[in-house]
Amino acid sequence: MEDTLMTYINAFIVGGIICSIGQVLIDRTKLTPARILVLFVTSGVILTGLGIYQEIVKIGGAGATIPLTGFGYNLARGAFKDVDKYGLLGAFTGGVRAAAAGITAAIVFGYLASVAFTPKAKR
Amino acid sequence: MVQNIMTKKEYQKYAESKSPKSKLFRNIIRAFWVGGMICVLGQLFTNLLKNMGVDMEEAGSITSIIMIFLGILFTGLNVYDELGRYAGAGSTVPITGFANSIVSPAMEFKSEGYIMGVGAKMFVIAGPVLVYGILASVVVGVLYYLIK
Repeated sequence: MEDTLMTYINAFIVGGIICSIGQVLIDRTKLTPARILVLFVTSGVILTGLGIYQEIVKIGGAGATIPLTGFGYNLARGAFKDVDKYGLLGAFTGGVRAAAAGITAAIVFGYLASVAFTPKAKR
Repeated sequence: MVQNIMTKKEYQKYAESKSPKSKLFRNIIRAFWVGGMICVLGQLFTNLLKNMGVDMEEAGSITSIIMIFLGILFTGLNVYDELGRYAGAGSTVPITGFANSIVSPAMEFKSEGYIMGVGAKMFVIAGPVLVYGILASVVVGVLYYLIK
């Protein structure tokens, strides 16, 4: 029971810190959100390549996998896994294979929602 | 008079120390707790799935799908962009923000048609994210192959 509670606390703290880093970047560097997202996903891939992000995931759980750095973590981990299985070919198949659920969900639900909903007038 | 108590320079320093920094601090707090809570929600789904006996790997994928669904649903209901105005990076950085970045322009440009409006604009932000994410994963995969 206490272990479960700790997973929530850790997710809150780690996820909060990662989002705060994004906020500092937005406020201090004037990077647009699109650039922040690209930076985060790429950082996630690189940090996973260096073996660092795995440790952050161990501590933060969803706090590390839900931010976009976690998407990068997924891509890199998939690449490792497929390289182990298929050799060099795996570098080309692993990333997208691991991220397939997220990408497909985003496209399918995104499409349906944009058909079903109309945006409110911009303020 | 106030002007006499502080020189102009001192006042400038004072004003700078007060306004932008406290605004940054405020934004960080907002990003922290909203972003943190979105991750807690993700943790909740992951834990529930694990309790149902779903394996770790699948639980992660299913959690992503649920979070993306929620991000898109609340964007469609015009709630997520309101949240974004309050939370800044706290709503942009989580995967729900990635989902928002797909559906928000798709909805907005629906009037340009289903191919060049919805179909193309979906990837205004998600496109670059996928391009650089996938490129980086290939680089990391090739390096891993070479040094393994």
